[in-house]
Amino acid sequence: MMSNLVFLPIFIPLFFGALLVFFNKKQKATVNISFLVVLLSFGVSIFLSYHVFSNGPLILETGGWKAPYGIILVADKLSVIMILAVNVIALTAAIFALSSVTEKMVEHYFYPLFFLLIAGVSGAFLTGDLFNLFVFFEVLLMASYGLIIIGGSKHQFRESVKYILLNLFSSILFVTTVAFLYSVTGTVNMAQLGERVAQVEQQGILTGIGILLFIVFATKGALFPLYFWLPKSYIVPSPIVSALFGALLTKVGVYSMLRVFTLIFSHKLELTHTFFIWIATLTMIIGVIGALSTSNVKLIIAYNIMPAIGFMLLGIGTFSAESLAGTIYYLVHDMAIKAALFFLAGLLVWHAGTSNLKKMGGYIKTAPLMGWMFFIASLILAGIPPFSGFIGKYLLLRGAMDEGHYIAAGVGLLSSLLILFSVIRIFIGAFWGELKEEPKQSVRTSGLAASAVLIAISILLGVGAEWFYPYVQAAADSLIDPQIYIDYVLKE
Amino acid sequence: MEILMSILAGTLFAAGVYLILQKQLLKIVLGTALLSHGAHLFILTMGKLNRGKPPILIEGIKDYTDPLPQALILTSIVISFGVTSFLLVLAYRTYQSNKTDMMDQLRGTDDE
Repeated sequence: MMSNLVFLPIFIPLFFGALLVFFNKKQKATVNISFLVVLLSFGVSIFLSYHVFSNGPLILETGGWKAPYGIILVADKLSVIMILAVNVIALTAAIFALSSVTEKMVEHYFYPLFFLLIAGVSGAFLTGDLFNLFVFFEVLLMASYGLIIIGGSKHQFRESVKYILLNLFSSILFVTTVAFLYSVTGTVNMAQLGERVAQVEQQGILTGIGILLFIVFATKGALFPLYFWLPKSYIVPSPIVSALFGALLTKVGVYSMLRVFTLIFSHKLELTHTFFIWIATLTMIIGVIGALSTSNVKLIIAYNIMPAIGFMLLGIGTFSAESLAGTIYYLVHDMAIKAALFFLAGLLVWHAGTSNLKKMGGYIKTAPLMGWMFFIASLILAGIPPFSGFIGKYLLLRGAMDEGHYIAAGVGLLSSLLILFSVIRIFIGAFWGELKEEPKQSVRTSGLAASAVLIAISILLGVGAEWFYPYVQAAADSLIDPQIYIDYVLKE
Repeated sequence: MEILMSILAGTLFAAGVYLILQKQLLKIVLGTALLSHGAHLFILTMGKLNRGKPPILIEGIKDYTDPLPQALILTSIVISFGVTSFLLVLAYRTYQSNKTDMMDQLRGTDDE
């Protein structure tokens, strides 16, 4: 009976998302219902996490089909941490939406698409089946295709075409890879894949298939050679959509890598995972160069997604219990802080009436609270000690040093410094100095509230690392030994 | 039979890749459609092609057609159908608002 709980984080947003399609003309009702739904979903995710951490993983065998044959949903420790993080983002996005979602956006189905996105992301985190992962990828991508063009401006169409084409291509590659894997192993269940790949010690073509899967997830997660679609397409939609994309979409790619390359393809570490470390290093370098190259506020934040993804991949590549814990910690931290930064950048652009940093200045006088929140958020992003970024980076870099990846760790440290420089540049340029132009509109209160909640969570994750770390460590421990997951799913 | 199907899927992939490397938006959309056809045929072939066998395992029957790839393809076809139709509409709207359907002209600047 309890196993049905696993389905709720997918079902609640899916059901209400479908329901809200019929109320697109009734703005007030939609906003209120959405807020309640997000709260409900948040409550469910807290209960699910509590249950999993006290009673062990939950597995839902849909339709009563036994594990390797039917589609299963698995809520293990990593999954519930991610589900909880998604619901926190959804909650703050709903707060931000109170003042930023216009009547026109509601009419163009913002809320149904928002909930479908949440359902897709939750599904991707919960599924225990590789083909099902593809399906949930498509659900969340379809929702994102809808969200990115709400507003219908010229440059939105232009950038969304590229975004969609690239994602479509990587989805086709994903299906092809699943077909490859099915023909070699005869299964698409992740636990059984893990078992069978381990039996043959990941010989021959299997490593090639693993690298193909890596390319798929690297495209979704915007890693080094496959990142060029990300920055421009993430800045064209409304700030709330940018925040959702920046916080959730690339992280699904990272989560998939974390799952697949610990559970299934973890027997040829010297081939795959060493390769990851190089890719991670290059991604960090390219990301900070991008962030330093532009004076568009939103673009600076969007480029900062990439070094973060690089850090997470570094943890996967290092492949020790400590570095995997670092990856999970950094994943949660980055979801919160990227959403907060995109919110704040959106507020700043509305306030200034332009996204060009060179035309801004002196807004600390007109919007002091926003300015100082931006400052704290910048420190959190760069990983200055008491905050959450520091804990994640510390674990990741120490893990990398222990395994002898000194170059990658050095690049990581240097890129942190440059990340700080790139975001502090916004703070100095936009808030310091003389007021150049009168602000176009006042700062929206609910937007500030949403950012404040996220920053508070980040501070809590940093200062209270002592309380949160054991949970993350437990999740990482079950990743490093895939047999735990396999035994639990296949019940042997 | 598997060899023939693999060659066909490979031809579709090659044509699809050629088309998505073109500049015109409509050709790229058609290219993605061909690519997904190739992928679907490929899934079918990967499950081994058997003719005239029942799709499910009943007790006593040793020869059967694997039902899983067919279920996978069905899901995948529906998805690619939806995405392709969406993409066609989007390509048309992009052409309308940007007054061009050539990829090399669909570029932006930093200050927008």
